[in-house]
Amino acid sequence: MMETIFSNFALIIGTTLMYSTPLIYTSLGGVLAENSGVINIGLEGMMIIGAFAGATLGYFVGNPWIAFIGAGVAGGIYGLLHAVACVSFGANQVVSGIAINFLGIGVALFLSRMFFEGATMTKSIPLDFKMPRPLNGVFPDGSFLNIILDNQYATVYVALIFVLLIWFFLYKTKYGLRLRSVGEHPTAADTLGINVIRIRYFAVIMSGVMAGFGGAAMSLAIVSNFRPTLISGHGFIALAAMIFGKWKPQGALLACLLFGGSQGLAVFLGQFNFEISSQLISMLPYVITIVVLIGFVGKSAAPAADGIPYEKEHKY
Amino acid sequence: MGYKDKAKSLTKVIEMKNITKKFGNFVANDSVNLDVFKGKVHALLGENGAGKSTLMNILYGLYSPTSGEILINGKKVDITNPNIAIEHGIGMVHQHFMLIKPFTVAQNIILGREPTSKFSVLNMKKAIKDVKEISERYGLYVDPNAKIEDISVSMQQRVEILKALYRGAEILILDEPTAVLTPQEIVELIQIIKNLTKEGKSIILISHKLKEIIAAADFCLIIRRGKHIDTVVVSETDEKGLASKMVGREVIFNVPKEDKKAGDEIFSIKDLVVKDNRGIVAVDNLNLSVKKGEILGLAGIDGNGQTELLEAITGLRKVESGEIKINGEDITNNTPFQIINKKISHIPEDRQKRGLILDFDISENMILENYHNYPFAKRGVLQYNNIKKYAKELINKFDVRPREESKLTGTLSGGNQQKVIIAREVTNDPDLLIAAQPTRGLDVGAIEFVHQSLIEQRNNDKAVFLISFELDEVMNVSDRIAVIYEGKIVGIVNAKEAKIEELGLMMAGGGSK
Ligand SMILES: Nc1ncnc2c1ncn2[C@@H]1O[C@H](COP(=O)(O)OP(=O)(O)O)[C@@H](O)[C@H]1O
Ligand SMILES: [Mg+2]
Repeated sequence: MMETIFSNFALIIGTTLMYSTPLIYTSLGGVLAENSGVINIGLEGMMIIGAFAGATLGYFVGNPWIAFIGAGVAGGIYGLLHAVACVSFGANQVVSGIAINFLGIGVALFLSRMFFEGATMTKSIPLDFKMPRPLNGVFPDGSFLNIILDNQYATVYVALIFVLLIWFFLYKTKYGLRLRSVGEHPTAADTLGINVIRIRYFAVIMSGVMAGFGGAAMSLAIVSNFRPTLISGHGFIALAAMIFGKWKPQGALLACLLFGGSQGLAVFLGQFNFEISSQLISMLPYVITIVVLIGFVGKSAAPAADGIPYEKEHKY
Repeated sequence: MGYKDKAKSLTKVIEMKNITKKFGNFVANDSVNLDVFKGKVHALLGENGAGKSTLMNILYGLYSPTSGEILINGKKVDITNPNIAIEHGIGMVHQHFMLIKPFTVAQNIILGREPTSKFSVLNMKKAIKDVKEISERYGLYVDPNAKIEDISVSMQQRVEILKALYRGAEILILDEPTAVLTPQEIVELIQIIKNLTKEGKSIILISHKLKEIIAAADFCLIIRRGKHIDTVVVSETDEKGLASKMVGREVIFNVPKEDKKAGDEIFSIKDLVVKDNRGIVAVDNLNLSVKKGEILGLAGIDGNGQTELLEAITGLRKVESGEIKINGEDITNNTPFQIINKKISHIPEDRQKRGLILDFDISENMILENYHNYPFAKRGVLQYNNIKKYAKELINKFDVRPREESKLTGTLSGGNQQKVIIAREVTNDPDLLIAAQPTRGLDVGAIEFVHQSLIEQRNNDKAVFLISFELDEVMNVSDRIAVIYEGKIVGIVNAKEAKIEELGLMMAGGGSK
């Protein structure tokens, strides 16, 4: 009895980590863009194109790391589009983000049909070409750590490293300080000779790269192909996690673990024969997202200039 | 000795020659010339919207001039961005502070020129040490670890000055630095300016307060509506001379007002208790009344419950206990809408936040309180023709500039924004007009106008309640003066018999009844 509780607990932690991972990457992307003052609700679309690029490259190239980086590049290109619209042309950032989302699924489907004989699903990547599982077989069978870590893909650890890296970048380096200053008060940054436009470009492109990684963490690790429903709202959940995490990498991490955990729980509960329909259970992550956003989030933590386009020669 | 002779013996550090700046068709600077000399304070005087900030933003590289040239130490330079200005030793403290609120003092000062160790990693230890060093050197004490959002406005200004000095500024532009300071802090600032010039720094001081220019500046450039009017030696002129050059006509500092017997009491406050945002009692059993045909001035230092009192009267804040009456009717805890309908008008403390909707145009702002009434609306549909006609009338009557009812109020100068508010409030024909800090940040011409409007209300047998931190203003305009201290009225005197020392003492809590 103790034994099963123990291993069930480990199992839930394991699935939590696994399902949180794509959210963590994407959420970090949101942290970067919004701390520089650009709202990015295009994360979903960037994640989709990343998932597609990852699965496709994984299938054709056969190296998961090249595929992973390719996914980042694909996401980064979408980030560039968003940056051109929002930073150079001062477009409404929400509208541009929505367009990016449509463009994400649209282009992914189009290319999928082109490369995979008209199929909307990419072909499965053979197990050997998926992301490696670095700690597979390291811990004795059935041990607590074994249950948690045995099946975790490399993307999980890379995500945690990125949390540290981005935290360090934002709070301990001069470029991080400048990026945050641009998100808080771009005019002030401008008067100190900081290039607001360049920093916002960098942040939004990197945000796309991270969302691309997030998509690939789905299609190269958790599953092994791309299909149109693979990313269904994960980008938005990651966005919500960023908000719940008060626009900070460490906060976003915790929020992603919460949302990922509810997703993991949904999967875990799905294996039992409950009298509850599985559709209801799989709604769990979304319901938790809404409840959390309604209940706990104030606007106060957002960077002061988040969402406001910056133009030169405006009134000082 | 005129300006030309004086200037000959001095070292020019900056020459701005024939600077013209156009925003679209609008000429903000029209062939302006400015010379700045080493170790001297050069004032820039002009009404709101005259183009002072524009000229300085050009010097600092934020705007590029439409024509004209700039010489620094005799060499022509193209200042296309602030980095170039900083390299040439120019520093600027903007009218609206350019500080990142959630950052610390030290972070704000080093931003853009951060001391780093390997891999661009911030070296905050060195940053704090550097900040301490310059702050001690110039006697500008700050706490490097405090967050900007937690420190006072005058501290924030020090941080701004330190920011410029940290970048090695030799020429320091101060854009209306005193607008946000208390009288005591202004004295301190003038001392700081003197210390800086002793160190050989040159200062450009923008202000429309004549007293300060006389107290602090050596020379003064006067611009009016973008045009270069004159450069004078400050010691050879006086307040009147400066004022008439600035406004282009004689200015009356003390608007004359005839004696007038006040009528019946029309507005009264009894035992009022109001709490502030933190839940602490801010207005503490306060009693007051205003009569028809009088101006009651409320003197007091900022933060003694004035804001809460004002918000309670206008329905913006809950009254804990006590009662507020107008024309015998109880309006305690009524909604702002109800209170407006009881003929109370309000010129709010913060004109940009509470007085106007900056993204609406002048005509829309003019009808904010009666948009739902005929002729502005018919069956719930706005009648823009009528609204525009009405706005045009008020714009002419109250001399709002520019004379375009479709101009967004956010683009107007402070004085003209205030005129829009006054036009709206006074035209409502209120029984009680409440004016809170009505001249804050305005130049002498606009101040004269505001005071005239208040006195006119009074002469029309209306009640006026003036709340101001400027003792001069309260003494000049009011008929009776009440002094507030820690949420209580600590004394009421007739303005004619009031002595500044007596009021000052009461404001500091040392007065008797
Ligand atoms: N970026 C801008 N675009 C359009 N008009 C501007 C801009 N900056 C200033 N102005 C206008 O130029 C005039 C001068 O403004 P400013 O230099 O700020 O005046 P001052 O500092 O003397 O009060 C004002 O009428 C203002 O509305
Ligand atoms: Mg100005």
